[in-house]
Amino acid sequence: MSAVLAASAAPPPVAKRGAPFRVMPGFRLSLGFTIFYLTLIVLIPLSAVFLKTFTLTWDSFWTTVTSARVMASYKLTFGASLIGAFINAIFGGIVAWVLVRYEFPGKRIVDALVDLPFALPTAVAGITLTALYSANGWLGKFIEGTLGIKVAFTPLGVVIALTFIGLPFVVRTVQPVLEDAERELEEAAASLGANAWQTFSRVVFPTILPSLMTGFALAFARATGEYGSVIFIAGNMPMVSEITPLFIITKLEQYDYAGATAIATVMLVVSFILLLTINLLQAWARGKPSKS
Amino acid sequence: MSGAPVTPVRRGELPSRADILEPRWVRGVLITIALLFLTLFLFVPLVSVFFEAFKKGWEAYSTAIFEDDAIAAIKLTLITAAIAVPLNLVFGVAASWCIAKFEFRGKSILLTLIDLPFSVSPVISGLIYVLLFGAQGYFGPWLMEHDIKILFAVPGIVLATIFVTFPFVARELIPLMQAQGSEEEEAAIVLGASGWDTFRRVTLPNIKWGLLYGVILCNARAMGEFGAVSVVSGHIRGETNTMPLQVEILYNEYNFAAAFAVASLLALLALVTLVVKTFIAWRLNESVADAARTSE
Repeated sequence: MSAVLAASAAPPPVAKRGAPFRVMPGFRLSLGFTIFYLTLIVLIPLSAVFLKTFTLTWDSFWTTVTSARVMASYKLTFGASLIGAFINAIFGGIVAWVLVRYEFPGKRIVDALVDLPFALPTAVAGITLTALYSANGWLGKFIEGTLGIKVAFTPLGVVIALTFIGLPFVVRTVQPVLEDAERELEEAAASLGANAWQTFSRVVFPTILPSLMTGFALAFARATGEYGSVIFIAGNMPMVSEITPLFIITKLEQYDYAGATAIATVMLVVSFILLLTINLLQAWARGKPSKS
Repeated sequence: MSGAPVTPVRRGELPSRADILEPRWVRGVLITIALLFLTLFLFVPLVSVFFEAFKKGWEAYSTAIFEDDAIAAIKLTLITAAIAVPLNLVFGVAASWCIAKFEFRGKSILLTLIDLPFSVSPVISGLIYVLLFGAQGYFGPWLMEHDIKILFAVPGIVLATIFVTFPFVARELIPLMQAQGSEEEEAAIVLGASGWDTFRRVTLPNIKWGLLYGVILCNARAMGEFGAVSVVSGHIRGETNTMPLQVEILYNEYNFAAAFAVASLLALLALVTLVVKTFIAWRLNESVADAARTSE
C-alpha cells in the first residue's frame, strides 16, 4: 500500500495524444497490480488445462470425452442441473414475488435465509441432505414410506442437491426487478379493466422474464460444476448416479491427468458458453428497463 | 371468486394499492407455496444439522470438536482464510479503483475475466493447480528439485482457496465505486491531498460497508470451500484437512455425530455470515440512499 504513496509522489500523468487529462492518481499501479494478480492466479493456471489438452491427440481426446461412462455422467449432470434450475425458476419466482409484494410475519428472516445455500459450505449441505433423504431420515422415511420412492443415492438425490444450491439465484435476480417495477403500469392496467391474471401475464411477467431467465441460467451454470453437495447424496454409481466433476476426480485418483484434463476442457467450454449466454441475458435485461 | 372485477372508481380517485392486489386466496396460496418450498429446502436442512450434531448429547459433541484432528482442521481453515481474504481484498480494491475511476480499452474484458473463477467448477479450480504443481505438472520437477511442497500441502490449499474466492470483493466494490463516481476524490486531489490520503480519508469511508460485505462473503466461501481444496489437499489427517474435508472424512467413516458436530460449526459460520450480511446490506442501502440525496 505504501506503493500508492510512491506513485502519487510522481507528477500527475500529462495528457498524451487524445487521452483525457487525469487528476486521479494510481491508475498504472492499480491496473498493473490487477492484471498481474489476475494473470498469476487465474489466467496462467486456467491455461494449463488447455495446454495439457493439446498434448493429447484428437482421437484420444475424443475417445476420452465420449466414452459411455462419461456420456452417462454428462446426461446426469446436465439433466439434473436443468431440472433443478427449472424447479428454482418456478418456486424462486414465487418466493421473489411473495417477498416483494406481500407482508407476513417473519418476512425479513425468511428474506435473509434465502442466501443460506451461498453461505453454507457445500459439504455440510451434502451430508445434511443425505441424512434427511436417506431411508431413515426425516424426509426420506416419509417419502419412501408413502410414495415408495428412493431419493438418496439415486439421480433424484442429485436433483435435490442441485435445487438446494441453485435456490438463491432466481430469487435474487428477480427480486430487484420486481421492486423497481412500476406499480403505476399495473394500476393503469387494472383501471382499464384488466383482471389480476391479465395484469400479471401481460404487464408483470414480460417485465420480469429476462431476470427470470438470467436467474435460471445462473442456477444452471452453478449446478453443472457443483461437487460438494452432490457426492454425498448421489451414491456415485458409474453409469447411474456419477456426476461429471466426480468423474474428473476419479481420473485424477487413477493418475490419469490427461483424461481428467480432457473432461475438464469439455466442462470449461460449456461454462464459457453459459457465461456468454448469461452476459447476453443480462444485457437483454438491462435493455428492457422498467423505469423511465 | 374469480379474478378481481374491475374496480369501481370512487370519488374520482385512482384505484388504490389494495384494489390491484390479487384476491385474498391467491395471496394466501402463493405465500403458503413459497414458505413450504423454503421450509423443505432451507429450514429443515438447517435445523437438522444442529439436531444431528447434538443427537448424542453435549458430551459427544464437545469430544468431537476438541479432538486433535478437528482442532488442526479448524486452525488450517482459519489460516487459509487469513491469507486468502486479505489478498483478495487488496486485489478487489485495486481492481475497483482502476475500473471505477478510469476509462480504458478492454475494460469489459477485464470485468469478465475477474468473474471467471465463479463459472469454473470447484473441481477444475483444484485440477489446474495439480497440472501446474503436481509431480507430473509443469513446475513439478523443478519444485521437487528444490524441495518445495505446494500440492498436497498448505500452499496448494491456500492457492485453490484464493482462486475460488477471487471475485468476491471486486464484484461488490466495482458497482459501488462506479455509482459513487470520483468527484469527491478529485476535489481532495485538487486541494492537495496525496493519493494515499485521498484513498484513506475520502474513498475508504465511502466504500467501507461494501468492502465489509465483500469480505464477509469471501470469508464464508474461503472457510467453506470443499471441491477445489479436496483436489489439492491430499487429505492428510491433522495436516492438510480443512474443516469441510474433516467433515467428509468423519462422514465416510460413519462417524456421523462427529461429522455433524464439525459441520454445525460451519453452519454456525453460515448463520453469522447471513446476520452480518443482512445488517451490512441495510447500512449499504442507507449509504447509497445518502449518496443519491446529496447528488441531487
